[in-house]
Amino acid sequence: MSADRTEGATAGRTRGAATTVSTHCAYCALQCGTRLHHDGRAVEVEPSPDFPVNRGRLCQKGWTAPALLTVPDRLRTPLVRRPDGRLAPAGWDEALDLVASRLTRLREEHGPDAVAVFGGGGLTNEKAYALGKFARVALGTSQIDYNGRFCMSSAAAAGNAAFGVDRGLPFPVTDLAEAEVVLLAGANPAETMPPLMRHLARPRLVVVDPRRTRTAEQAALHLQPAPGTDLALALGLLHLAVTEGHLDKEYLDTRTTGFDAAWQYAVAWWPERVEQVTGVPVADQREAVRMLAEAGRRYVLTGRGVEQHSKGTDTTAAFINLALALGLPGRTGSGYGCLTGQGNGQGGREHGQKADQLPGYRMITDPEARAHVAAVWGVDPDSLPGPGRSAYRLLDALGTPDGPRALLLMGSNPVVSAPHAAHVGRRLAALDLLVVADLVPSETTELADVVLPVAQWAEEEGTMTNLEGRVLRRRALLAPPEGVRTDLEVLHGLAVRMGQPAERFPVSPRAVFDELRRASSGGRADYAGITYERLDAGEALHWPCPDENHPGTPRLFLDRFAHADGRARFAPVEYRDPAETPDAGFPLHATTGRVLAQYQSGAQTRRVPELMDAAPEAHVEIHPDTAARYGLSEGDLARITSARGSTIARVRLVRTLRTDTVFLPFHFPDAGRANLLTGPALDPVSGMPEFKVSAVRVEPWQERAT
Amino acid sequence: MTAITVIGCGPAAHRLVQRLHHHGHRGPVTVLGAEPEPAYNRALLVSALDGTLRARDLALAPFPPGVRVRTGTRAVAVDRRRRLVRGDDGTEHPYDVLVLATGSRAVLPRLTGAGGRFVPDVRVPRTLAGARPVGEGPVVVAGGGLRGVETAYALGRAGHHVTLVHPGAHPMHRLLDERAGALLTAALRDAGVALETGRRVTGVEPGRAVLDDGRSPAAGTLLLCTGARPDTALARAAGLAVRHGVVVDDRLRTSAPDVYALGDCAEHPGCQATLASAWEQADALARTLTGGDGRLRPARHVVRPRLSGLDVAVLGPPGALRRPDGGEQVVLSDPARGRYGRLVLHDGRVHAGVLVRLPRAVATVGQLYAADRPLPADRLALLLGTGGEYAESAELPDTAVVCQCNNVTKKALEQAWHSGARDLPAIAAATRATTGCGSCAALVRQVCGALAPA
Repeated sequence: MSADRTEGATAGRTRGAATTVSTHCAYCALQCGTRLHHDGRAVEVEPSPDFPVNRGRLCQKGWTAPALLTVPDRLRTPLVRRPDGRLAPAGWDEALDLVASRLTRLREEHGPDAVAVFGGGGLTNEKAYALGKFARVALGTSQIDYNGRFCMSSAAAAGNAAFGVDRGLPFPVTDLAEAEVVLLAGANPAETMPPLMRHLARPRLVVVDPRRTRTAEQAALHLQPAPGTDLALALGLLHLAVTEGHLDKEYLDTRTTGFDAAWQYAVAWWPERVEQVTGVPVADQREAVRMLAEAGRRYVLTGRGVEQHSKGTDTTAAFINLALALGLPGRTGSGYGCLTGQGNGQGGREHGQKADQLPGYRMITDPEARAHVAAVWGVDPDSLPGPGRSAYRLLDALGTPDGPRALLLMGSNPVVSAPHAAHVGRRLAALDLLVVADLVPSETTELADVVLPVAQWAEEEGTMTNLEGRVLRRRALLAPPEGVRTDLEVLHGLAVRMGQPAERFPVSPRAVFDELRRASSGGRADYAGITYERLDAGEALHWPCPDENHPGTPRLFLDRFAHADGRARFAPVEYRDPAETPDAGFPLHATTGRVLAQYQSGAQTRRVPELMDAAPEAHVEIHPDTAARYGLSEGDLARITSARGSTIARVRLVRTLRTDTVFLPFHFPDAGRANLLTGPALDPVSGMPEFKVSAVRVEPWQERAT
Repeated sequence: MTAITVIGCGPAAHRLVQRLHHHGHRGPVTVLGAEPEPAYNRALLVSALDGTLRARDLALAPFPPGVRVRTGTRAVAVDRRRRLVRGDDGTEHPYDVLVLATGSRAVLPRLTGAGGRFVPDVRVPRTLAGARPVGEGPVVVAGGGLRGVETAYALGRAGHHVTLVHPGAHPMHRLLDERAGALLTAALRDAGVALETGRRVTGVEPGRAVLDDGRSPAAGTLLLCTGARPDTALARAAGLAVRHGVVVDDRLRTSAPDVYALGDCAEHPGCQATLASAWEQADALARTLTGGDGRLRPARHVVRPRLSGLDVAVLGPPGALRRPDGGEQVVLSDPARGRYGRLVLHDGRVHAGVLVRLPRAVATVGQLYAADRPLPADRLALLLGTGGEYAESAELPDTAVVCQCNNVTKKALEQAWHSGARDLPAIAAATRATTGCGSCAALVRQVCGALAPA
């Protein structure tokens, strides 16, 4: 019970006299407030009683996060792959010289797009910003994207199209506690972000999820659509909102455009048809609409369950359409929002890690945006590259004749987390040069030519932007271990070696943030008025915050939406099937997701003993009837196979699952990777892969005697 | 580039043209629609009739750019030699590929007294014009098949005085067995619909409809829902093979080269004249015409009448319920609550069935039937929609996880209690239970309460 107290390895690493800091959790986008304390021997964590998002609460991941500071296999020296094929320790100068010279040579021989960059939604704002700048200025490459493409891209695309800006929740989470009804579409916060549930205790919940999750168990109404059919359900709910007379006509007339075009698709989704496509009973569809329509304060929230599809943008847009038809967004006490996943999933998508974006949520194709950012960076706007490939397309192109030959990767583990993972592993292996910055060895560092050990949470300063668009200070309790550098130091070291002026890539997070403020000024995500001083003084600042006297914007859209005409836009969307539907050879749907005790690719959480006790290995949830049909019992090993490949997982019988569906968490390595099954189908707008539906078969698996 | 001309502007034609565009066809496309309105959603005409939706609300999404749509133009002849279609307005429309989507034509009874003064407003609610909202006064619906039942039920619920006249023993007698028919009869009566079964409408007289037994219920409006048959006139005249409908093969080809047919006008052995079939055929034909694999693999569809608040589903080939062929039968009958379910299973899969007022089963069984999947072992739970509920065991095992967020077992709670943690904050401090989402607080209290001395 004492993993929140980690002894030994942190002795002597405290910074000066500071032995207690207020900071935020190492993991998800809730960014629960925590206090870290170091007594000279060990680090303890406790939840902040006064941070409104968690108010004294934490989940098991948060409570055990200090264990990350003392993991025994922490990377403490750069590693370079030697002629014998093994990764061996090297000095920083050797490693950085090697990387810089090889990147320079590849660029000279094959052009700037021969080198690529892949970032992560866990990086601080400062790192995300610096990484984007490094790619565009030091490398001059258009080939940069990040793992948030696998996370928030569909919601971002739909939100931008509807509202003119994408901020996950355009209101503080505490507003949810005042609601009467909340519809959660494809979100399972009881498992993925438990402290959020305190804000959802009062409202009656309508939960849309193919699985009866812990969140669904707490719902007043659970709609259980077949995987890949949520878009039909959302169209059907809009249809019912109209035919049952719940359309908010005045809101439609004064605050929106485009309803008629959206209706021309929704009209064909009458409830009986929706039922036969989704499996959601007509009576439940009606009840869901009635509950939402008759409540005074109500919200529609989406999560990865509806977004991680080859039609994720359209599905999210269809739920936004429903919210608009009922007049929710931009109204006090009601609204639409998406639940951002990764720790800095919000800030990480605003400051230039995305293939098509510059800082401040500016578009890289917009001449004014290019001019503004180029001026801040002190470069010629024409020197900035154009848009590059989105994440999966980028990974898919690595080492191909037209694709990048080198990749610098920070804060991501795509060998586990990317779709069609075996293929992605082969593409990474085909590179001339793979450079990975991480804190621990991962399945991806194993493929690297150079591994750079970097600082982590609680060892560095910076800012994170949580799911409400509130900018938060991450503070260092400890110095990084001997031999470890920060990501900013790594980028600085490489940039200087590649001929950039030293002052263009500062290593101080505060200096980077001040530059980020200028770069974002006037953009959609405007941080100009947010300073470390204001944050350290305890101000709660949500962007946009255009100047230092501005109080920030906890609630967006109350007067107008961010489009030029101030109106929100309905999206004309039509249903389409998933890229893959079950057939005789692959008769079941497989859907992937998360468990409470693990986080993302598991590189961090699989090193925490208490979390491994709770969720030790890959498992597959399956209905008892389905299991029996394929000769499987509780606790057996099963082989699950799709058209891409197979994965091995321990059988867990779940009576509440649909008989046509199995579920696998994706946190586990090697043969247990759920992403060995998932396919390369992408959303045409957002580039989001289809993580949530594959067609598979299941069969018993015998462990081979070794 | 292939020029495609489509005769008909209903849902099959609309879907075909949308899918052609989707699959990349950029050659000329011409659509000839006999009705004056642009394409609209026929499946929702009842909602226009009962006033739930306005006529304009039924409009389908616009055709893709470049498609020539001539509404109000009825095709009157196909010249196969010259490859062109003649319209009733004298226009000629050449084609490389011709698609017949002429739909179906109402089968109407010969009515005595029609055309007289003060007789009811007689309409066939199969078009936007026929489905304009009904006026004041009583309504007689002739024909109690699927469309007649939907119409009578919706108008009854909307407050109209409705009489449904049906020649069979109960409404939808071809689709429903006797028990389901009795429940539907009762539901129609509850919706305010008077029923005349075993009867036909044979004529009209001022303010009334006349039945074949001589009685004459009051009628301001007479709606004829007396069935339809494929509209094959043009195909016949063009010399195509026609049986009940225009005969097509698995690629929707008619007997003539470069002439295809789909939707209600076509006759394919695996398809019924339903909207779902028409869409499916449109998808397949669009693939064929754009060079893809367009072989039609007809899916299984559930007949799912649109009756607000009354869930009815019919599964299986027509008549299969009457001839169960010795399969396993599962029957649930609960007349007091109006619930009824009967499934005929072959090899653990649904062969045929009928479900009334079993809303969850209608959804679940419908999907299992469509995908031809085996039913769950617990058939009763399936029909009642209670499948998958956990039985609450009275006693939690020691290893049961009470606080999911922090993986705290019952045993760990008990140990904390025995070590002196006697209230929730103390338990939380010792074990972290309740400190995540907080939803386990009641259960934690209960576990600890059981340890306290009475």
